[in-house]
Amino acid sequence: MALSTSRQELLLPVKPAFIALTLVAALLANLLPWSGWMLWVVPDFVALIVLYWCIEEPRKIGFFTAWCLGLLMDIADGSLFGQHALAYSILAYAGIVLHRRVQRFSMAPQILHVIPLLLLTSLIVLLVRVLAGADFPGYAYFLGSFTGAALWPMLSYLLKLPQRPRPDPDRV
Amino acid sequence: MEHTPPPLFRTGPTPLARLMIFAMLSVVLLIADARFNYLTVLRQITAVVIYPLQRLAAAPAAMGRRVSDFFVSHSALRDDNQRLTEQNLALAQAAQQARALEQENANLRGLLEARARISAPSRFAEILYAARDPFSRKVMIDQGLQHGIQPGQPVGDHIGIIGQVTRVYAWLSEVTLITDKGHLVPVLNLRTGLRAVLAGTGDDGRLELRFIPLTADFQTGDQLVTSGIDGVYPPGLPVAEVINVERNTAYLFANVTCKPLAGVNARAQVLVLGPLPAMTERPQDAPADTPKKKKKKS
Repeated sequence: MALSTSRQELLLPVKPAFIALTLVAALLANLLPWSGWMLWVVPDFVALIVLYWCIEEPRKIGFFTAWCLGLLMDIADGSLFGQHALAYSILAYAGIVLHRRVQRFSMAPQILHVIPLLLLTSLIVLLVRVLAGADFPGYAYFLGSFTGAALWPMLSYLLKLPQRPRPDPDRV
Repeated sequence: MEHTPPPLFRTGPTPLARLMIFAMLSVVLLIADARFNYLTVLRQITAVVIYPLQRLAAAPAAMGRRVSDFFVSHSALRDDNQRLTEQNLALAQAAQQARALEQENANLRGLLEARARISAPSRFAEILYAARDPFSRKVMIDQGLQHGIQPGQPVGDHIGIIGQVTRVYAWLSEVTLITDKGHLVPVLNLRTGLRAVLAGTGDDGRLELRFIPLTADFQTGDQLVTSGIDGVYPPGLPVAEVINVERNTAYLFANVTCKPLAGVNARAQVLVLGPLPAMTERPQDAPADTPKKKKKKS
């Protein structure tokens, strides 16, 4: 598989405040009043952003952040307390363990890594719900994982913008 | 102290160990929440943290509504005015008739020493967002503990019932819609007076009647209203209309499908009806088989 070449470029260190900002934005995106078919297609933005930072900066974000965000999502959804927390912890683990591997790949193989991880997250939530007595909501439930993975290239480009060094104005 | 490694190499527990810790914590929370309902306070505290975000996320939609309200055309307003005037006339007439009937009814009830019909005070609320959860049909409204909302209060619109308050936070409450799977409403067939239990299917716009004998008199087009015997919903509020009755002798019960009358999914504003007066205590059964009061699963 093709290894990325853009990886080799030097990036500025990411600011913790920027990470926090993106996480809050993801939470906000999840809380937007989605309705109808959009509800099925919309990815879990928080899972996506947590996974992104776990892969890019595993030293700056960890289980605790992922877990707390999961609790907040549980509150917002009015679902069982701890189901998103469990799913996001496992997602963070997968991201942290795989970060060296995924970072070396170019965009297409990265997406192939992201899809199963997001699917795993929805599968955990699904399992918890089914154990708690809910019915299987249909395969459309997993659509969000695929749209999430489809957003990955854009996300990775946007979130890296603040880290790109500015061109030196003194150089001609 | 000298023997500890320098901080450069101190990385704490391995990721797997951390995962185990957090997974255990989550599972403990899950069990505590699902089995014992211990976490109401914790839930309410955490809910305060996320409240500003919830309001912020709901703001664009609310603002959009306000802006589109502002740019209403003159002709639309005139048409509206015309329509409302006509409606007002018709309603005024109906109201006068209703007043007369009410008077008559009150007299008759007084004669029968019947309990006066419950007139529940209602409270206006706005739907902030629908829970992002394909498993359940729930919405969040902008009234909470601070406004005196209590769990169990029925929620409706100007047509009929749309659901019930199931969880209350400081400034928000969660309303479980009647279409939520497992949500039950005791109803009455307006045409025949038959009582039944209306259950949500988890499917928007489809409800079903449970345990209806094959011979029971239900027809397409029958209106179902709340029967009020549960002490949650006040009696006589429209709930649903029968859209299909399927009688298959291979099964024990008829398959009666209904659709909700109120705009369960289409409303931005709803009414929270006041808490009903407590029902009289159920008389004690023989101690051998005291039926436990069944709690609704959340």
